[in-house]
Amino acid sequence: MRRVARNPLLWLVLVILSIIFLGPLLIMFFTSLKTAGESQSVPPTLWPQAPTLRAYDILLSAADNPIFRWFLNSMLAATVHAVLVVITASLAGYALARMQFAGRNAMFALIISTLFVPGFIFLMPNFLILDTFGWLDTLLAIIVPGAAGAFGVFFMRQFFLGLPKEFEESARIDGASPFTTFLRIMLPNAAPAMVTLLVLAFLANWNDFIWPLYVLFTDARLTLPVGLTKLQGAYTIDYPVIMAGAVIASLPVLILYTFVQRYVIEGVATGGVKG
Amino acid sequence: MATQSRGRASRRAGSPLTPYLFLLPYLAIFVTFVVVPAVFGLWISLHDWDYMLDSQIFLGLRNYTDLLDETSLLYPEFWNGMKNTLIFTVASVPFLIVIPLLLAMLLNIKFPGRTFFRALFFAPYVLGVAVIGLMWRYLLDGNFGIVNALFGTEIQWTTDQPWAWVALVGVTIWWTMGFNAIIYLAGLGDIPAEQYEAAALDGAGWWNKFLYVTLPGLRPVLIFIMVTTILASANMFGQSYIITGGGPTESTKTAIMTITELGLRRYQMGAAAAESYVLAAFLALVSIANFWLLRDKDAAREQRELKAERREKDALQRQEVTA
Repeated sequence: MRRVARNPLLWLVLVILSIIFLGPLLIMFFTSLKTAGESQSVPPTLWPQAPTLRAYDILLSAADNPIFRWFLNSMLAATVHAVLVVITASLAGYALARMQFAGRNAMFALIISTLFVPGFIFLMPNFLILDTFGWLDTLLAIIVPGAAGAFGVFFMRQFFLGLPKEFEESARIDGASPFTTFLRIMLPNAAPAMVTLLVLAFLANWNDFIWPLYVLFTDARLTLPVGLTKLQGAYTIDYPVIMAGAVIASLPVLILYTFVQRYVIEGVATGGVKG
Repeated sequence: MATQSRGRASRRAGSPLTPYLFLLPYLAIFVTFVVVPAVFGLWISLHDWDYMLDSQIFLGLRNYTDLLDETSLLYPEFWNGMKNTLIFTVASVPFLIVIPLLLAMLLNIKFPGRTFFRALFFAPYVLGVAVIGLMWRYLLDGNFGIVNALFGTEIQWTTDQPWAWVALVGVTIWWTMGFNAIIYLAGLGDIPAEQYEAAALDGAGWWNKFLYVTLPGLRPVLIFIMVTTILASANMFGQSYIITGGGPTESTKTAIMTITELGLRRYQMGAAAAESYVLAAFLALVSIANFWLLRDKDAAREQRELKAERREKDALQRQEVTA
């Protein structure tokens, strides 16, 4: 093992890979600090020659640039969505993992089978369903339908199956109701799984593109990803402004990711391997 | 005694309705946005459906037969989208299966800082397609993009073929390879070290270890990755939408782009719904073929042989009885 760790070839490969993965993100950030002219210079510069916050200034100060609104919309939608997913999936996953009732296996099979149904077949009907609810062009259209996904239920059920049965038995002997048992005993033990699911749901919702692109119409009601494409239309060749928008959209997720990367990676790994 | 304790047990377990109450919040959303639309979508696809109008014209299977009729208006654009999705899937999936496996094997080596590098290589995946699309459109610019500067080329990556496909596949690999790598990595961790030790004792080199220990050990993970990667590639939308705009001359306009534009911009929702079911049917066939091709042939044969053996034994017994 030690021999491998000292192998210079390993470290060379790691450095090259790091540049490939991180380089584009750094250039995006550097470009946001350039002047419009420098962003199109030939050959391209790496480091901004005359760093300026002009792009951020344009984005944040101009009255007709609702990027602040988009940011709030995205933050609100992703947060509420993630909480909704964690609550509904924990309750359902717990019932499917630990309770006996008629139709349990059939219900679980039905839910899981939708993991293999491609999401695009729901585009037209869900658009019309949202229309009848009057939810088109509102954040509810971004928050609620995605919570129907089967992954959260599958993930929480898997976790509850792994908890020892003694937890519930001792609570039951103390006379606790099923809901109290769930709330007081099971949930605290499921905290790591819930954090993982919370983060995965937040990221997925924050980054979602195709759905908000078609169900939100008013400029002030867009989420960041859709707003960014509006910037592309409005500032076609002012690349620092577009890159500044992209930086603003990536910062929250990159910061969140730095703190909870372990949860994210473990969540993805369990989803895949146990799936 | 027995009834008494049963009564107490059921009181402790709560009312028989309790499990359904736990399921209710999720099921309400699930039924509204998955079960109902799955059926409603089929109903829509049988109509000339315009959501701006109050009543919809029933067409029967016309929307489907139109897709097979070369003279219909939607025929060329639908099959152009299907062809482009097929090109992207065929071009991207092999890379998305092989490169992440190599990356996972690299990260499976024990060296200081591997958790850090693991997190680093996964980072692009936490960014949305809008961010990475806009970023790469700039980096790939034909006149002042850094990609051309690095390679010393003058390629119009976003407006010339086949470069547009090369760019879209490349960006997708960069963006998503960390995801598959993490799943492979978890799969590699599940392979018992003894198997490698046993192979080493038999004098197996690293290639034979890879062939006879790693690959068979990864079978379930490999099936999962194959199926999900093909589905994800067939779902490609954002990269084309942002980086090439579907161009040049609609040559990178994918099936999903065709469907959403038809249904949610031109509001011909019946035809668009029919198209999405046809695409879904193709994908279902591909997934089934996948499971079938990658099934554990040895295990299946063993099971067949076991069954045959049992049948023989039963037959013998029956003969004995009748005799």
